[in-house]
Amino acid sequence: MIGVGKMKQYSNVLDKPLSKGKQEVSLTAFAFLFSELVQYNQTQVDNIAELERRLEDAGYAVGSRVLELLCNREKGNRRETRLLGILSFVHSTVWKVLFGKVADSLEKGTEHEDEYMISEKELLVNRFISIPKDMGTFNCGAFVAGIVKGVLDNAGFPAVVTAHFVPIEGQQRPRTTILIKFADEVLKREARLSQ
Amino acid sequence: MAPVTPRSGDAIFSSIDRVNAELFTLTYGAIVRQLLTDLEEVEEVNNLLDQMGYNIGIRLIDEFLAKSGVSICVDFKETVEMIAKVGFKMFLGVTASVTSWDADGTCCSIILEDNPLAEFVELPDTCQGLYYCNVLSGVIRGALEMVSMKTEVTWTRDVLRGDDAYELQVKLLKQVAEEYLYKDDE
Repeated sequence: MIGVGKMKQYSNVLDKPLSKGKQEVSLTAFAFLFSELVQYNQTQVDNIAELERRLEDAGYAVGSRVLELLCNREKGNRRETRLLGILSFVHSTVWKVLFGKVADSLEKGTEHEDEYMISEKELLVNRFISIPKDMGTFNCGAFVAGIVKGVLDNAGFPAVVTAHFVPIEGQQRPRTTILIKFADEVLKREARLSQ
Repeated sequence: MAPVTPRSGDAIFSSIDRVNAELFTLTYGAIVRQLLTDLEEVEEVNNLLDQMGYNIGIRLIDEFLAKSGVSICVDFKETVEMIAKVGFKMFLGVTASVTSWDADGTCCSIILEDNPLAEFVELPDTCQGLYYCNVLSGVIRGALEMVSMKTEVTWTRDVLRGDDAYELQVKLLKQVAEEYLYKDDE
């Protein structure tokens, strides 16, 4: 049989050539896996905040790896050093690779200088999720918020990232907004760099 | 209604919604990492991964049957072939082959040529006892249980442990006759 038992051996995972990232798996497979992630974490916590934090942690691990992978593959070993550059990297490159599309919108917060929002009408991880009434404001998007935080943190842009449901008029399902609040030092550095 | 003819794994895979395999790989990695931090023994992690797979398997079989158009498989042999040819392709986009049947047709091996779960993975020395992809064995066990087959699924070869392929041994323990749960007058 062709191919059987011929899988090439590498002594080290880093010797293996980097895949092009075109491979796909079924959405169902991912949805089931994600549901197991959420269910498992539900058994480990007492409250919603804790659950969101754990999902964020899981996402963070994904984000830090995605940054490394994409900087290497898509950007020729360079990474963004400016605020808008890294935001558009998250909104376009990261989103496109992970979710197959560019995020619906990227906006600057109107009330605070240090806030930015990435919104998605139907976030992939929320697609098959409905939140029971007793779980209040819980949002599985915490996982994606974690991914964003992982990317930003490791690129040198520490930020607090949270996921929120925002109702849209005339639509049954709310959209998900990922709110990014950058740390002071990031804004100060940015101001210095723009001079 | 015209009988539905079974579709090939490729045809199904190209017609359903898909996501990037790297998201899937990294998410799975995040799960394994959480389990390793939360639990003390690698053995417990193996068990929990298998349990997660089982939970997935018992639900995944519905989608498999609905989308593949597969009707009743005549025997265990055909069932395993179906998992390898259609199941793996349909959910993970990879092909698998079935070999090493024993004489009475109740035990065989599924060999994976490609395994999206294990991309980017290397086991550190502290995790040598880990069956990283144990979720897969749980999925197969869970799915088969829903079609009345009690099985035992174990890893016999694992690239992450230095073998040359991913090989799962599937052993049929018992074929449970299907029972009608409700009495007619209820």
